[in-house]
Amino acid sequence: MTLAEARTGEKVRIERIADPEFRLLALRMGIGEGEEVALEEVIPGGPILVRRQRQRVAVGRSLARRIRVHLVR
Amino acid sequence: MSQCCHSVHARGTGGALPLPPDFIALAGNPNAGKSLLFQRLTGAYAEVSNYPGTTLEITWGRWGSETLVDTPGVYGLSSFNPEEQVARDILLGARRVINVVNATHLERDLFLTQQLIDAGLAIVVALNMMDEAEALGLRIDVEGLSRELGVPVVPIVARTGRGVDRLAEAVSRAAPGRPTPAVIRRLGDLPPAIPRPEALLILEGDPEVAGRWGEEPRPFRDELYRARRERVEGICARVVSLPAQETWGDRLSRLLIRPFPGLPILAGLLWLTYKAVGEGVAGSLVGLLEEGLMQRYYEPLVRDLVGRLVGEESPLFRVLAGEFGVLTMTVTYVVGVILPLVAAFYLVLSILEDTGYLPRIATLLDRVMGAIGLNGKAIIPLILGLGCVTMAVITTRMLSSERERRLATYLLALAVPCSAQLGVVTLLLARAGVGSTLLYALVVLTVFVSAGLLLDALLPGEAPPLFLDLPPLRLPEPRNVLLKTWVRTRHFLTEATPLFALGALVLGVLEVTGILTAVQGWLAPLTEGWLGLPREAATAFVMGFVRRDFGAVGMSTMPLTPAQTVTALATITLFVPCIASTLVLLKERGRAEGALIWLAAVATAFLVGGLVHHSVRLGGAILGAAGAPWVTVLGCAAAVAGAAALSQAVRHRRLGAMERAPEEAAD
Ligand SMILES: Nc1nc2c(ncn2[C@@H]2O[C@H](COP(=O)(O)OP(=O)(O)O)[C@@H](O)[C@H]2O)c(=O)[nH]1
Ligand SMILES: [Mg+2]
Repeated sequence: MTLAEARTGEKVRIERIADPEFRLLALRMGIGEGEEVALEEVIPGGPILVRRQRQRVAVGRSLARRIRVHLVR
Repeated sequence: MSQCCHSVHARGTGGALPLPPDFIALAGNPNAGKSLLFQRLTGAYAEVSNYPGTTLEITWGRWGSETLVDTPGVYGLSSFNPEEQVARDILLGARRVINVVNATHLERDLFLTQQLIDAGLAIVVALNMMDEAEALGLRIDVEGLSRELGVPVVPIVARTGRGVDRLAEAVSRAAPGRPTPAVIRRLGDLPPAIPRPEALLILEGDPEVAGRWGEEPRPFRDELYRARRERVEGICARVVSLPAQETWGDRLSRLLIRPFPGLPILAGLLWLTYKAVGEGVAGSLVGLLEEGLMQRYYEPLVRDLVGRLVGEESPLFRVLAGEFGVLTMTVTYVVGVILPLVAAFYLVLSILEDTGYLPRIATLLDRVMGAIGLNGKAIIPLILGLGCVTMAVITTRMLSSERERRLATYLLALAVPCSAQLGVVTLLLARAGVGSTLLYALVVLTVFVSAGLLLDALLPGEAPPLFLDLPPLRLPEPRNVLLKTWVRTRHFLTEATPLFALGALVLGVLEVTGILTAVQGWLAPLTEGWLGLPREAATAFVMGFVRRDFGAVGMSTMPLTPAQTVTALATITLFVPCIASTLVLLKERGRAEGALIWLAAVATAFLVGGLVHHSVRLGGAILGAAGAPWVTVLGCAAAVAGAAALSQAVRHRRLGAMERAPEEAAD
């Protein structure tokens, strides 16, 4: 599934970020491929707020559609 | 406070800054506390705030016998955007680097730290925000961290100054630390003549740095980033123990970015601001200062003095102390009107910034902004435009694509009023009533949205996706907020006052020579015929070329009906930006494009003003006085709908083209 399909409160592991630029940006922020993140808020039709520990990043929907994730719990 | 502090716009390379060869640089992620620490160390002011991209102006100052430079906040040493290029070039030239790290965010912040170490720079880590870390119950093994990194680590609290003395002492022990092993292996790939920092950047594929050394950028960025990330994760796992705990800020943060109650809260805050600034400051304070103090005591005094010196009938008297007197109107306006209004707006903006609310607004509005081809982040320069359009145009550099910078700049020049202007407009609208205020807001918003929709359709490309770091919500720090309000207000006044004086001088001369009356005659078809305003309104437009708010003041001296007020204010709001913004516009966008934007603004202003006037008249004729605005409201709706339909059509065509060339999918 993609990050855009996940729901508020779920926890996912980031499997693949297709866009090479955002892959590196995410890696720098500590939410790169292989990391587990919590979905703190999914704004309907809008961005997805992911959190890892105290780091929060708002990911726009069009990008979230290109991020493949695996549901952890 | 100011003698030690210089500031320049760092465009292009930081190497262009006139710095001594052995300066010390502050480096860190956005919001790590660099500016606050800078202020502590140098006693000088550097902007302190909470959204990514504040420190676009490079500030440096004396710190004892050293020179200290504040750099833009970055998450890594590369060139994804102009800020990163500036930070990269300054850091490449630094003798030592103080790396400011947010203790509550080590997983993120240590990536830059490790990259600085991999670059072989001599660094010391300032482990900032220890107060927050302690409040969260985070435990950090400082010695262990120092051992792992191989550089001195000093826990500090930049807000209170705790630990700053020890940091100062540790700077002399700044050292190159323990690099990521993969970096060392790859370094052999390059000629040893290339200095280590540059070599690292070439390995990580930085085309600019590679070009400077006549090398090809190497393809190891992914590999080295991964290795570095792994090393950082390992270090964090060994030195940090963190309890999961939700703070009040976390809970509030979630409410702020949900459409409900986020949107009502945003609307409520806007309303509060309007009440406080529009009615509180504009209504009472301005009245007190302008009429009570300036017009009653100051102006008669000046008129008397000037009259005695040059004679009451002389043209010089009229230029200095007449209707547009350089010594009377300018001073009354600057002290009595602009000062309180601008200070009030900057106070609100500074509070918004310091709390970390702006990135939340960006997240909340991302979806809406998408409709006009921008992502949510672009709301930040647009909101800052409400403070000062000049400053905001410079801030558009934080946007990641050329297309977005262009779009945001157009909208800023066209439809975003600055604080002075908004203040004067609010003042006049408060007199004209709530209905007029709403109608004015609707018209300006309509132009903003329609222009955005059309530009989005016309400019090739798409809005880049949002990818925005949300700093924690914080209570604003009163000292920061007041200091920032003061520095910005002062900056605004020193920039604007000479322009007012110049404008007043020009007007005074035009009046004395009779040219003004002639101009009013020439423009009568436009002012009286098309806009339905008194012909004296021409004066306001002449003033508006100097500054839009100045133009709005021109309107305030004429007796206008509420409907005329809306027409006049909408026109002057959309009118050309002030001279200072125009200059920045020409600099940022180039002459041809800048001139085009400028002309488009004039045309749009008069077009819209006339449409407002005629639609209100039509409304009055059909529906009677009470129903007069409804035709205008309908017109606004039609304009937005038309623009939306057009942009939709263009978007469909684009989508069709994209389906033929399949998009890169998630897999
Ligand atoms: N609680 C706390 N807040 C801090 C500390 N240092 C900085 N801040 C706040 O963090 C925010 C960002 O600081 P700033 O100096 O602008 O960071 P910069 O982006 O790195 O220049 C501001 O709201 C500061 O008041 C600290 O040690 N403790
Ligand atoms: Mg800063």
